Amino acid sequence: MIYVTINGQEIQTEADRTILQVAREHGIHIPTLCYHEAMEPFAACRLCVVEVEAGRGRRLVASCAYPCTDGLVVYTDSDTVLQSRRIAVELLMASAGHIPIIRQLADELGVDEPRFTMEKNDCILCGLCVRACQEIVGVSAISVINRGIEKMVSPPFHIASNTCIGCGTCILVCPTGAITLADINGDAWAAHSWGSEFEAVDCRIRDHHHLAPQFADATALLTGEAVG
Amino acid sequence: MIELCDPQALVDYRQRIRAATNPQQRRIRVCDGTGCRALGSRRVLARLQETLREAGLADEVEVIPTGCPGFCELGPLITVDPEQIAYNRVGADDVPAIVARTIAQGEIIDGLLFVDPVTGQTIVHDNDLPFYTRQMRRVLELNGQIDPTSIEDYIAHGGYAALSKALYKMTPEQVIEEVKQSGLRGRGGAGFPTGTKWRLCRQSPGEVKYVVCNADEGDPGAFMDRSILEGNPHSVVEGMIIGAYAMGATQGYVYIRNEYPLAVQNLKIGLQQACEHGLLGENILGSGFDFDIEIRVGSGAFVCGEETALMASIEGKIGEPRPRPPYPAQNGLWGKPTNINNVKTWSNVPLVLRNGSDWFASVGTEESKGTMIFSLVGKIRNTGLVEVPMGISLRELIYEVGGGIPGGKAFKAAQIGGPSGGCIPKEHLDVPVDYESLTALGAIMGSGGLVVTDEDTCMVDLARYFLKFTQEESCGKCVPCRIGTRAMLETLERICAGQGRQGDIEYLIEIGQEVKRSSLCGLGQTAPNPVLTTIRYFRDEYEAHIYAHKCPAQVCKGLITYEIVAELCTGCTVCARNCPADAITGAKNQPHTIDPEMCTRCGVCQLLCNFDAITVH
Repeated sequence: MIYVTINGQEIQTEADRTILQVAREHGIHIPTLCYHEAMEPFAACRLCVVEVEAGRGRRLVASCAYPCTDGLVVYTDSDTVLQSRRIAVELLMASAGHIPIIRQLADELGVDEPRFTMEKNDCILCGLCVRACQEIVGVSAISVINRGIEKMVSPPFHIASNTCIGCGTCILVCPTGAITLADINGDAWAAHSWGSEFEAVDCRIRDHHHLAPQFADATALLTGEAVG
Repeated sequence: MIELCDPQALVDYRQRIRAATNPQQRRIRVCDGTGCRALGSRRVLARLQETLREAGLADEVEVIPTGCPGFCELGPLITVDPEQIAYNRVGADDVPAIVARTIAQGEIIDGLLFVDPVTGQTIVHDNDLPFYTRQMRRVLELNGQIDPTSIEDYIAHGGYAALSKALYKMTPEQVIEEVKQSGLRGRGGAGFPTGTKWRLCRQSPGEVKYVVCNADEGDPGAFMDRSILEGNPHSVVEGMIIGAYAMGATQGYVYIRNEYPLAVQNLKIGLQQACEHGLLGENILGSGFDFDIEIRVGSGAFVCGEETALMASIEGKIGEPRPRPPYPAQNGLWGKPTNINNVKTWSNVPLVLRNGSDWFASVGTEESKGTMIFSLVGKIRNTGLVEVPMGISLRELIYEVGGGIPGGKAFKAAQIGGPSGGCIPKEHLDVPVDYESLTALGAIMGSGGLVVTDEDTCMVDLARYFLKFTQEESCGKCVPCRIGTRAMLETLERICAGQGRQGDIEYLIEIGQEVKRSSLCGLGQTAPNPVLTTIRYFRDEYEAHIYAHKCPAQVCKGLITYEIVAELCTGCTVCARNCPADAITGAKNQPHTIDPEMCTRCGVCQLLCNFDAITVH
């Protein structure tokens, strides 16, 4: 057992839990975009930054990835933290100001309009789809390619990936709706914008969602239905 | 081939090599580094061998291709031994005279010697060149002296003695303590104490550990690490083996850029030779210690110089950084404890072990010990590679070692630490070059890149240049670095184009500070430095661009116009014939005019005009 102090409140927890996990367990709100509890932390969106007291003063760290140690002192709502989050959201608005979840965060943090804009883009490069495909599904059909401002999510060489199994996990985890089931092609669905094709069956859990046949059994188990 | 199976075998081998070497041997050392090669040293080398053969002197005169001694400005460089006659700017056409006069008759050719621009004095020996006398060459001592592809040369000069001492006379803990006592700090930029870093890795639990050499040098205008690997690869190899012994690592990697083919080649040869001599691989020097080194060639992503991105790249993953902690010492390559040091740090290690920590710490400042290697580039007379004691003043480094600013121009600022560093203006020229002093001024020691600017450099344009580099090299993973640097670059480009707005400077500062403190890795955390320091020291230039629509240094194309002074123009038509935009008109022998609408501000006309008739406003 270790003790950490968050916003002046002393909290008892276990070693190696992240600041974000501990904060959420204690009802302390920290916004996130690229975090998903089922996946490894990515520390890319920088919305979850908090200040920790380090040797030479305070510094910003990503709470989703920072492990708690005994005696750690954390501030989740200091002026520096809030300013940093505001700038992060403002920068995201440059190309994704039209996305509801970004708007919502902007309202929450009091950001009006971005001072810098770029071409509209639904994808905010949170990496959830790529990580879900790799860590949860285990196929790595998609990846990030290029660097910097040119970075994007894509199957290798922009060619529809034949390792995609059409599970739709990427679509489910995408926070901005940037990935969609593309369109019907005969009896097959193109799983997403990148054109991987698969035979489709209706999903019994979600409307308007379709699955590759190999997931039909699992869905039936979840819904308690026999396979049709 | 000789396998050295114990320390005595190494000592005997060194003595045999030395005994077989004649100090009066007629030798010609030719710089075979990338810089001199670009200036034609390979042709000089080939011509030398050919001419000596024709003259029947091939057996008497040894021709040795060496690494870079540093005076790149004057390349191709050759030195004739035993007199150590230094010839510079040698062309292949000079070779017959060198062979006929210097080699055959011992005559010195004045025209190929260095002339001191200050005193006008001709200097014969390379040891007497002011460029070298002001330096303190420890790591670079053998660069230019030895053949980098010859392990015998390295051993003859004391090579691998430090390794032998570490393996047989010291425990791993003692090695770490010696390095710690020396005060050696990471030469890659951040300056973390090397001994402390090693101890963390040693204390990390685990059977398998790795050491890595970061040779992913990517700063524009920096060539320190390349020159060491090209000119003295064994110093890095020896340092890594010592480090591996101290930390208990069994495998090492050198991560090096593909753009450094000669460094890769010489390192490969070095590793091969070390293996063949029993200095690398299993049972090193018969000590029972096993360690091997592999080369990993990177594809030129600047971000892969960041240690977590570098490790991802070695693992075959996308070169993206990940958050720290965990630090590589706990969780590095493939999840194992890993220690990463820069090329210069590794090559300092054998010197510390061989000469002792006191010797090492005898130069430098309280907090920064030893020497630092810089590549001097930009508006400086002696472009090249230099090694100076820590704590030397920037003024001494630029004016005495670097020879000052050419063309009688005034010094403006030095960009130190590459694109991650900051500029230091003339009012701080007396700052001691050490980690803390540079950080206090908003710059960083960095890896050793030093770009000098003069009155003709626009500081806004300079900031734009470096930010364009980091913005393009940002991996794009985290929001502040990916979008923040882009937002800053767009603002700078607007300012340079004459479209700056009220509030731009404040916006740059606000976003810059945020990118610094909230970015995921060192690339983003330092990328705004050139912008923030140029604003700090040259805010007036920014204001001139934004409010007065003027570029004081007359660099930014959106803010200048070229004009022909009718009284000076002779109508020679040179400018009109060479204008790529066909913007210049005028009859022969009559004054010409430039159409500002068509002019692209390329400056060719001004460069070519023989009558100084073209001015810039």
